[in-house]
Amino acid sequence: MGTELRLMRTPGMMTRREALACVGWILGSAVVGGHLFMTGCTRRRTPRVDDLFESSTMDLLGDVADTILPPTYTPGAKEAGVGAFIPVMVRDCYDEKHQVVFVDGMDALQRASRDRYGREFQQLTADERTALLAPIDKEAKAYQLTKETTDADHYFHLFKQLTLLGYFTSEIGATKALRYVQIPGRYDGDYPYQKGDRAWAL
Amino acid sequence: MATNNRYDAIVIGSGISGGWAAKELTQKGLKTIMLERGRDVKHVEDYPAATKHPWEFPHRGGRTQQMIADYPVLSRDYPLNEKNLDFWVTEKDSPYREVKRFDWYRGYHVGGRSLMWGRQSYRLGDLDFEANVKDEHGVDWPIRYKDIAPWYNYAEKWAGISGNRDGLDVLPDGEYLPPMPMNVVEKDLADRIKKHYGGKRHFIIGRVANLSVPHEGRINCQFQNQCWLGCNFGAYFSTQSSTLPAAMATNNLTLRPFSIVTRILYDKDTKRATGVEIVDAETHQTYEYFAKVVFVCASAFNSTWVLMNSATDVWEGGLGSSSGELGHNAMDHHFRCGARGRIEGYKDRYYYGRRPTGLYIPRFRNVGDDHRPYVRGFGYQGAATRGRWSGEVAEMSIGGAWKDALCEPGDWSVGFTAFGEILPYHENRIFLDHDMRDKWGLPVLAMDMEIKANERAMRKDMVQDCEAMLDAAGVKDVEGYDRGYEFGMGIHEMGTARMGRSPKSSVLNAYNQVWDALNVFVTDGACMTSGGCVNPSLTYMALTARAVDFAVGELKKGNL
Repeated sequence: MGTELRLMRTPGMMTRREALACVGWILGSAVVGGHLFMTGCTRRRTPRVDDLFESSTMDLLGDVADTILPPTYTPGAKEAGVGAFIPVMVRDCYDEKHQVVFVDGMDALQRASRDRYGREFQQLTADERTALLAPIDKEAKAYQLTKETTDADHYFHLFKQLTLLGYFTSEIGATKALRYVQIPGRYDGDYPYQKGDRAWAL
Repeated sequence: MATNNRYDAIVIGSGISGGWAAKELTQKGLKTIMLERGRDVKHVEDYPAATKHPWEFPHRGGRTQQMIADYPVLSRDYPLNEKNLDFWVTEKDSPYREVKRFDWYRGYHVGGRSLMWGRQSYRLGDLDFEANVKDEHGVDWPIRYKDIAPWYNYAEKWAGISGNRDGLDVLPDGEYLPPMPMNVVEKDLADRIKKHYGGKRHFIIGRVANLSVPHEGRINCQFQNQCWLGCNFGAYFSTQSSTLPAAMATNNLTLRPFSIVTRILYDKDTKRATGVEIVDAETHQTYEYFAKVVFVCASAFNSTWVLMNSATDVWEGGLGSSSGELGHNAMDHHFRCGARGRIEGYKDRYYYGRRPTGLYIPRFRNVGDDHRPYVRGFGYQGAATRGRWSGEVAEMSIGGAWKDALCEPGDWSVGFTAFGEILPYHENRIFLDHDMRDKWGLPVLAMDMEIKANERAMRKDMVQDCEAMLDAAGVKDVEGYDRGYEFGMGIHEMGTARMGRSPKSSVLNAYNQVWDALNVFVTDGACMTSGGCVNPSLTYMALTARAVDFAVGELKKGNL
């Protein structure tokens, strides 16, 4: 048994590491935190993770997510509730090492904002936010490609991964940014597609 | 002794095999009790995840650290996820020992793994039934294709298998509901493969236990492709959707959940089983049930566990151990290797609906005049799909343009995974570990098995042949892969109480009777003499129906 499940969840060819990392969550095969079990550690939670649930922090997370996936002709990540989704994932799904990376990453992001603009992230304009995060994104990509598998992920890699997952599996992301049909009722293997048509959510 | 403890037949287990045994026995008029070690799962009402949207799962289907801690085995591979966690065994209650690593994915509840199974449904043929005797591994199957073919017909007609009659030598056709369609890319790939290999290799649509049309009072598949959550339409075969309601309709079935069978009661004077002993999983109370025949369908290795725990005062190794083969010749299918690649073009084509099956490439190695440096063979399962995140997109940075690009489908790609046969090695075995106990104080199974040189040699072809086929079909950027295999991952446990022609070398005879107790039948994966390379569940359905027919005939003749 299990074959078809395995089969249908095979992501096909993912030519980029990043794509694999994103899909990994959806596949339930995420490696983040997997080593915790492998080494037999008992779970401890970084106390600062609880602070992520402060409404001001969730608002900040929403704004970071909204810079990664901003409103365009479809709603952005903040409207889709990604700011409230991220703390749940960090608390429940991350191992302690990645919890630390994540909360330290929040500090690093604010530090970068102050260093470059002399203001907190949320005081920046949308363009400034993008200008701040783009090089960090580049740095994170480079780090992910060269790091040892046992090394923790880059904090911005985590931000982005959770933003993508949270957005495209949210009600807004699935139904407005993508096309979602819960009960298709039939299968058509030769369905027309025009450039600009959105992908299926599932 | 209370009369309500007496039945005509006892069925141990309620999965695919147990459900079939219960249906057949009750429809033939036998008062039957089906004993299930886990909780009840009611059709539809106990599928809470089936109607949920993705955003209704707090972790969107992912795994939490708590889940990883609670399910150390399940977390080793894909099955651990938030959506159908209730369908998997509570591991701390039911441990087992790994002499060598063994990944055991269990479903302890009414319906068993029939709720989560892969549903791919293929027949074994004489290529498989003759394999052991021809290449001298294991013992000869006591049956041939002609013995089981009518029972495959019977099982398929009831279960509802969608598929195409492809007319292939290597893979017998069955009684199918209309096939699900290939998509536009898959059709072209199939044509190119046919041309390139002169009709010697075949891309066919997967034969799957999902209804393509309404069938036996059940609704056809709605193409949600989330079968592992339970189906509110009853559109895939499970105990709940198919065999259990049929058995219940006879008024001859009693279903008793939370009933862990601890042993079969054996009368050494008559050389027959008289019934079974159970422990109630909730109250820890012990009960006995009595019947004329016992069908052991507890899932392959647990069926053998029941035998090993039974009649130990007569045979130290348990009921059926006189041959020395009980617990031996454990098998699975090895997989997790193959190839994938990118398809150029078809940018104006997509699909609608989520088809719950893929393509199948039946075995072609060591068939006819093909001879490889290993024996047996493998098949492939795969599909062509349009991905979500394409290569170009991943090169873009964060922001609106990237987001909008992410909302469009990417390139088409195709991927296949090979499923290979594992030989029945005597030394691959399970045995009772009396030093480790489960929640109910019962000894647990120890697993001691591994793949060997034949399988390792086969795996090279499983990758290379797939690369070559995809290249031949014009697929770009073809990339072979082998993600490694650990025993059990196939979730196709087979063997440990094999059928055979002699009580000296097998546990069961040609009708799945235990040689040492002819009114005990084992009809699940435990009975397999060899494994073939196709998904095995359909074979259990056919063997179970056949064995019940035989048992009832023998009862009528007074032979049991």
